[in-house]
Amino acid sequence: MALPAEKIDEHIAWQDVTEGLQIHEPATSKGFMTGQWRTNTPVWLKEKCKQCLLCVPYCPDSCILAKDNKRQEFDYDHCKGCGICVKACPFGAIEMKEGQ
Amino acid sequence: MSEKGIPQRMSGNEAVAEAIRQINPDVMPAFPITPSTEIPQFVSSMISNGQIDTEFIPVESEHSSMSAAIGSEAAGARTLTATSSCGLAFMWEVLYVAASNRLPLMLELVNRALSGPININAEHSDSMGARDSGWLQIYAENNQEAYDNTLQAYRIAEHKDVKLPIMVCQDGFITSHAVENIMLLPDGPVKKFVGEYHPEHYLLKEDETMAVGPYAVSPYCMEAKRAQAQGMINAKKVILEVAKEFEELSGRKYGFYEGYRLEDAELALVAIGSVCGTIKDAIDKLREEGRKVGLLKIRVFRPFPGEEFAEALKHCKAVAILDRSEGYNSVGGPVGAEVTAAMYRAKCKAETVNIIYGLSGRDVRVEDVERVYEKLAKLAEGENVFGPYPYLGLRSKDEADCV
Amino acid sequence: MEQKAFNFREIQAREERLAPGHRMCAGCGGTIAVRNVLKALHPGDKAVIGNATGCLEVSSYMYPYTAYEDSYIHNAFENAGATLSGVETAYHALRKRGKIGSEYKFITFGGDGGTYDIGLQSLSGAMERGHDMVYVCYDNGAYMNTGIQRSSATPMYADTTTTPVGSKSNGKPQSRKDLATIIAAHNIPYVAQTTFIGNMKDLYVKAERAIYTPGAAFLNIMAPCPRGWRYDAPDIIEICKLGVETCYWPLFEVVEGEWRLNYQPKHKLPLEDFLKKQGRFKHLFKPGNEYLIEAFQEEVDKRWEELLKKCN
Repeated sequence: MALPAEKIDEHIAWQDVTEGLQIHEPATSKGFMTGQWRTNTPVWLKEKCKQCLLCVPYCPDSCILAKDNKRQEFDYDHCKGCGICVKACPFGAIEMKEGQ
Repeated sequence: MSEKGIPQRMSGNEAVAEAIRQINPDVMPAFPITPSTEIPQFVSSMISNGQIDTEFIPVESEHSSMSAAIGSEAAGARTLTATSSCGLAFMWEVLYVAASNRLPLMLELVNRALSGPININAEHSDSMGARDSGWLQIYAENNQEAYDNTLQAYRIAEHKDVKLPIMVCQDGFITSHAVENIMLLPDGPVKKFVGEYHPEHYLLKEDETMAVGPYAVSPYCMEAKRAQAQGMINAKKVILEVAKEFEELSGRKYGFYEGYRLEDAELALVAIGSVCGTIKDAIDKLREEGRKVGLLKIRVFRPFPGEEFAEALKHCKAVAILDRSEGYNSVGGPVGAEVTAAMYRAKCKAETVNIIYGLSGRDVRVEDVERVYEKLAKLAEGENVFGPYPYLGLRSKDEADCV
Repeated sequence: MEQKAFNFREIQAREERLAPGHRMCAGCGGTIAVRNVLKALHPGDKAVIGNATGCLEVSSYMYPYTAYEDSYIHNAFENAGATLSGVETAYHALRKRGKIGSEYKFITFGGDGGTYDIGLQSLSGAMERGHDMVYVCYDNGAYMNTGIQRSSATPMYADTTTTPVGSKSNGKPQSRKDLATIIAAHNIPYVAQTTFIGNMKDLYVKAERAIYTPGAAFLNIMAPCPRGWRYDAPDIIEICKLGVETCYWPLFEVVEGEWRLNYQPKHKLPLEDFLKKQGRFKHLFKPGNEYLIEAFQEEVDKRWEELLKKCN
């Protein structure tokens, strides 16, 4: 029986790698925390936000999601801190702060 | 129609096309190249005439035929393609991809010389170059075996313990175009034998996604390759099981090799493909003269049944291993190297020699084979009459070059 | 073709089909392209995603981490077109034989290296055969994955690692290959060029049209690479806008052979506005090199005029 992706790590034996290195689950990359790469962090200033959602399509890392017509908090587990969202926002509702 | 089949006369390409008609695979991408071109032509005609409903993809190159075959097989469709020579060379990169992704597609390979110079005739340089690509390789001596091997191919490749692509090989023109007698099997029993394809995982599986073809960092790659190698190891058992079942269907017996008058042979030849017919004729002639000569005809080259070959050759005094491809390594060909290594491991006592023959369709006659056995007899007695790099049927100013 | 009215808020609320956790660089234009193309799949529709080798592939399916919610196949660098044509054909074969009930869409992504250059034959074959698929080129104008080597999509004078600027070199001597025109010459039902503008309506509408037009479709998306183009990652929006406003990267589509211009700047900006934001063109602004910018401007003007003619 093949291991689920979350159990696959760099210590497993050859008998446990999935056949043909296929993965039969969707979106397993969520388990890899690219947020650790961040050197600067975007901060959402909710009071300035008009919920125009323009920041949503510009995030290269799918870290700003819209739910019930409203943007959600940043996915800091994965946000790499590129800062594009700051420029995408017409209302100055996103600021970068130094560090994680 | 006899109990076990329908007698017919057809070429190797026709025989393979007939097997494909009976299997009616889901998808066939292919690109024309001599001498395999007839196979996609025949399949296209069968589709046009409504005999089968395979989807044919008229791709723009062999690289794309193998690439599309990989896509199709990964998507869950039973897939095959056909090619020869430079076509196989053009597929090189993606042959490895097919095997590493564990996709059991079939390739009908009509063996032909690789360029250059460009030449369209029989040689094994194409498939021998691909021998380490992770594909199963099964070779035919004649049209009957090409047909029978095609019918067995998916059963081997798709087996859950194997899941590797399979190359079904026959010699260009000599087998692919020459018309010989053949015994075909009826459609019903063939369909039952081959069965439906039900992969466990595939791209178009409606209740599951599949990601295939990852980038893998070093900590996974070595383990992945070992896991892939296990499919090849497991294939040995499966090949014999499928052969046994096929024998029940057809009455024809298959294994890793065919031993022809080999049991008590003191002098043996090891060869692949159509030349074995000529060798058998020479053996019959020499046996009448009381000479203890025999043949080990390799059917399965990948997986490499080295132990079985060595066991079958163990009692021989001298063995000549024939290669229909140049290794350009200053020593000899790949069959020679691998069989000799297997014999060494098994502590065979026989003297061995590796002979290059039949390049680019160079004809091999019965008397050529007789000459090999004559020289082999001398080798068995301790007199090495072969040069360091012997070719059969070569013109040379130096006698030592020639057998 | 079922194309729905553009409803920005509804589209943004759709499930993400490219998951986070992929290893593309911070600020990558490639994944902005992928995310927005996949957003154009109608909710609930199934898809198989293909991918040529490149940054996207090695970053979005690094074992055991796939960033895709859908089935995904990578084969090699030069064969994304052929590979997906095989998947699409298998789909028809299996549907015909009653082995699959659901409908699927087929979308493959390649960088400009895998599309304009090494994969052009495979792409051409797939387009000519008319498979019902979309080939999306995320064009960042160089082989970025291997370290910014020039491709036939690299703009003239760009400083790349195989056209390095030096005392004897002004960067890439040749101008860009016009791939959209080449693909349009295959007489496929839909070809379009776009980039990231405003609320992404242009990209979305084109992606939706490409996906839901039966037959072969091709999208060329300018997807800036902060590392290769040498600009500050947050400036991507401005760079894309300048690419369009200078007519370096016009927005157009070819629908059933009919060329349509989707945007005409009111005041066409000088090309240098686009160039000066990017480190790869820094040498063009050295005193004495004005003639290079002029030559580049001439090239852009010529192509723009040609495009206007095609679009009447």
